[in-house]
Amino acid sequence: MAVEVKVTSVLQKITGSKVVAGEGGTVGELLANLDGRYPGFNDQIMQNGALHRFVNIYLNDEDIRYLDQLNTRLKDGDTISILPALAGG
Amino acid sequence: MNDEQLLRYSRHILLDEMGIDVQERLLGATALVVGAGGLGSPAGLYLAAAGIGRILLADDDTVDLTNLQRQILHRQDRVGQPKAESGRRSMLEINPGIEVEAIARRLDGAALREAVARAGVVLDCCDNFATRQAVNRACVALRKPLVSGAAIRFDGQIAVFDLRRDDSPCYHCLFPEGQDIEEVRCATMGVFAPLTGIVGTTQAAEALKLVGGFGVPAVGRLLMLDARAMRWHEVRVPRDPGCAVCATRPVAGDAR
Repeated sequence: MAVEVKVTSVLQKITGSKVVAGEGGTVGELLANLDGRYPGFNDQIMQNGALHRFVNIYLNDEDIRYLDQLNTRLKDGDTISILPALAGG
Repeated sequence: MNDEQLLRYSRHILLDEMGIDVQERLLGATALVVGAGGLGSPAGLYLAAAGIGRILLADDDTVDLTNLQRQILHRQDRVGQPKAESGRRSMLEINPGIEVEAIARRLDGAALREAVARAGVVLDCCDNFATRQAVNRACVALRKPLVSGAAIRFDGQIAVFDLRRDDSPCYHCLFPEGQDIEEVRCATMGVFAPLTGIVGTTQAAEALKLVGGFGVPAVGRLLMLDARAMRWHEVRVPRDPGCAVCATRPVAGDAR
């Protein structure tokens, strides 16, 4: 499935742009796809195969924690937002 | 309100949503601003100018030359002085008719709880996750509205948690605490000066609405700003039924 992935500027250092295209049947597959194309991507958001707790992923503005987490199914045209908590003030 | 106050606040009083009653409420209110940096500067200045009667301004840091690019509470001749005291002076210069208490220490434990207890609204303008989680825990325990803001590089986040309401999530529902937390600081990542102004000013707007009881505060939503493209985006923030901090609160429907 082809989806649009939005990242914040910290991840943008790795992807080179704010919005990238990704592929995958689930959120987990999408992240593997992105990590293959942007080495180091998953190191920023995951540890031992699980998402960092301070990183939220939204499928069309719903937190995947309340859907099926990394097994959440994707369909063509979905938008994924990857959002680490910010602390700076 | 005396004649000078009626004049000073006349542009608020003219607003149908506000008027004299709401302005009186603001003058009788206490706000706690945690952090006198990039966010606390605009937030504190607007709360002071808008006539919040008592402002508690907490920060354990001193003014540094690198702060002055964005932290508009401070002045070049106050480099080296405590930020809380420098902020207090700037706020009183704009509005000597209010009270500002400088708390020149890192708020935690009993002091945090006491400051939150005195406040009608809390603005989290700090720069670290440990304080964010501690402020949230105190606001949950004491059922105080919390306006959270953060900014780094060109990214801003704002969320309002009205913990007086059973349908409101808390900060921990949005971002659970973790041992793996990674602090990304302005000192290493940089931050676009006016971004902190936009985020801090938005926090002040939400705080005024919460204590004044007008408008619709942004409860149950996370607002995100990409200042490079100047695009806002928002997502829904539900209560986490398994939240380690607030799950024992009474349950109502989700806030929107």
